[in-house]
Amino acid sequence: MKLTGSDILVKTLIEQGCDVVFGYPGGQILNVYDSLYKYSDEIRHVLSAHEQGAAHAADGYARATGRPGVVMATSGPGATNLVTGIATAMLDSVPMVAITGNVSSAVIGSDSFQEIDITGVTLPITKHNYFVGSVEDLADTVREAFTIATSGRPGPVLIDIPKDVQTAKCEYKKGGKYKQYEKFAAKDIRIREAAEFINLSKRPYIYVGGGVISSDASEEALALADLIDAPIGCSLMGISAVPTDHPRFLGMQGMHGRYASSIAFSEADCIIALGGRFNDRVTGNREKFVKNKSIIHIDIDGSELSKNVPDSVGLRGDLKLTLDKLLKLLKAKKLPAWRSRIKELKKEEEALTFDKKTLNPHSAIDVLNGFLSENTPVATDVGQHQMWAAQDLKFKTKRRFISSGGLGTMGFGMGAAIGASVGTGERAVLITGDGSFGMNLNELATAVTYKIPLVVLIMNNGVLGMVRQWQTLFFDRHYSNTTLGRKTDFTALARAFGADGEKVSTLPGLRKALKTAFSHEGPYVIDCAIGMDEMVFPMVPPGGSLDNLIVRRGE
Amino acid sequence: MNRYTVAVLVRNQYGVLNRVTSMFRRRQFNISALTVSQTEVPELSSITVLFDGEELNKEQLINQLYKLPDVTSIKELKSENSISRELLLIKVANSAETREEIRAAADAFDAKTVDYTRDAIILQMTGESQRIDSFINLLRDFGILEICRTGIVSLERGDVTISKETNI
Repeated sequence: MKLTGSDILVKTLIEQGCDVVFGYPGGQILNVYDSLYKYSDEIRHVLSAHEQGAAHAADGYARATGRPGVVMATSGPGATNLVTGIATAMLDSVPMVAITGNVSSAVIGSDSFQEIDITGVTLPITKHNYFVGSVEDLADTVREAFTIATSGRPGPVLIDIPKDVQTAKCEYKKGGKYKQYEKFAAKDIRIREAAEFINLSKRPYIYVGGGVISSDASEEALALADLIDAPIGCSLMGISAVPTDHPRFLGMQGMHGRYASSIAFSEADCIIALGGRFNDRVTGNREKFVKNKSIIHIDIDGSELSKNVPDSVGLRGDLKLTLDKLLKLLKAKKLPAWRSRIKELKKEEEALTFDKKTLNPHSAIDVLNGFLSENTPVATDVGQHQMWAAQDLKFKTKRRFISSGGLGTMGFGMGAAIGASVGTGERAVLITGDGSFGMNLNELATAVTYKIPLVVLIMNNGVLGMVRQWQTLFFDRHYSNTTLGRKTDFTALARAFGADGEKVSTLPGLRKALKTAFSHEGPYVIDCAIGMDEMVFPMVPPGGSLDNLIVRRGE
Repeated sequence: MNRYTVAVLVRNQYGVLNRVTSMFRRRQFNISALTVSQTEVPELSSITVLFDGEELNKEQLINQLYKLPDVTSIKELKSENSISRELLLIKVANSAETREEIRAAADAFDAKTVDYTRDAIILQMTGESQRIDSFINLLRDFGILEICRTGIVSLERGDVTISKETNI
């Protein structure tokens, strides 16, 4: 049967297993929206307040479900508004398919109204992108886009479709759901080399990155830890890959990581990195970090091996398959000295505990933990609140921590939380700051319209806290443009959007508000007052090494 | 710093050169020459990259190329088992005093005269890049007016081919 390009697009999306599209209509994608109308029984569309929010929602959907998120926007400004969302997905390896309309092929390149070269703009921030030149290519392009977005190291793919391709007709034949490229384990010789290093090590440490979540290798990572008697730490992206309360788990390491994990990470004689990229936020000073240790690095993306730190053995391959093979070559270990050192570090960490009686960032998250079910997705924005959340949130299930790690996108959380809730059908939580929330709070409108069960916890300190912290520590307290001094009343704002909320300034107040929020229909905004001089500790100062943590103020 | 030659087969598609060079730019690879040409298969184009850097940078360059969906094969070509050539067009000032010497230099390097006017001579030469460099140096004293060189093209010796050897 002959169908129009826009019908083919929507039918192909359905065929690829896409059940929801996040987006915003406009002139050059009107035909596609007409097809969405036609097929609305089979595919749902969630209208955002701004295209950026839609892109983050598709991202949050993908992170929470593991299925590719789909976002749609019109040409020109619609397309450019996706850019931050696409870049966020790229830096965190999130599978996403972004679809943009464009002006007709005949006028492409003539600076028409709302024309932008979006494939050019997104070239460095997509895994791949397409400009569809003819309707005959459309269905296969969409299928290939899903394959590329989800295969190997996942990432965003953009498809730009000019208007004439949306209206042109051609034969459509239903195809199958996308297939990922075949997974493969690392080469046997590399696995043998890695096993030799690990068998010799006295102080092994397992560094879990986001790859453990995307390749579904949590069990293998835990089996490895048990076999070789090693502690486990993670990067921001690795949070929720293993249960927080697992006895071997020390938490996030790095610039604002937990005390025990950061020290153990730097004292280890063998780091086994699973799907992480040794980002500067993870390693601190790299030259100091690599001294006296071997590095075994497994990643599906070969370009990560020896990119940031020189590997002793670099293994390119799927984590799950590679670990399966590696586990068979390893000798079971008992490392009492290393284990007692870890115990000692954990004890030292306990001494750094927070005040559980007053309302502060740590006690707030501690209270919130009590309300989370094992399926609750928790999104964050970027800044101090994000680090507190990363340090203190407790997870049992993977894919439940949704945070912009690589790009560090303030304003990510609102859209992402909506997408995560839509994808999982669960009540989602957004932990944000007053600065980050200010960036994309317009998506409250979306959450209200779609009755998204969403708990928004704003850690409101009236300042851009993370930047202020740096100004305090490294810029002689020159608080340049970080004291907001805004008069925004977030509860009134929530009501204005059709949501509800309240202000809290005590711990019992917060507990009560959360109780209301977690049984509220639709979004509920909690404006939680915290001190403007709260800081995130531990902290590795810029250029510093992980064994030289600042653990509290004034050190 | 070493010089490496990397041959890349890519899908012959709109914008593919842009994808490759955009990656080089954003990751700050130091590319000293790059040529693109059609191949025996119409769906594929061949890119030859001349790259300066350390061994690790080269590995990184190859790994990054590997990630581009339009790239179908990559191979490092080593000088001991491959042939590399470049074409030079060079315009030098022509005068009664220098004419003879320019001709002698051209003969020594097997360069051909492709244009000749009272005031200028254009010479054409093919060879390995280093030989071309030497020829240019030799002509410097006579007054070089303009230079254009193609960048290298490269093939492995024997019957091995890039598409047969390293499909990724």
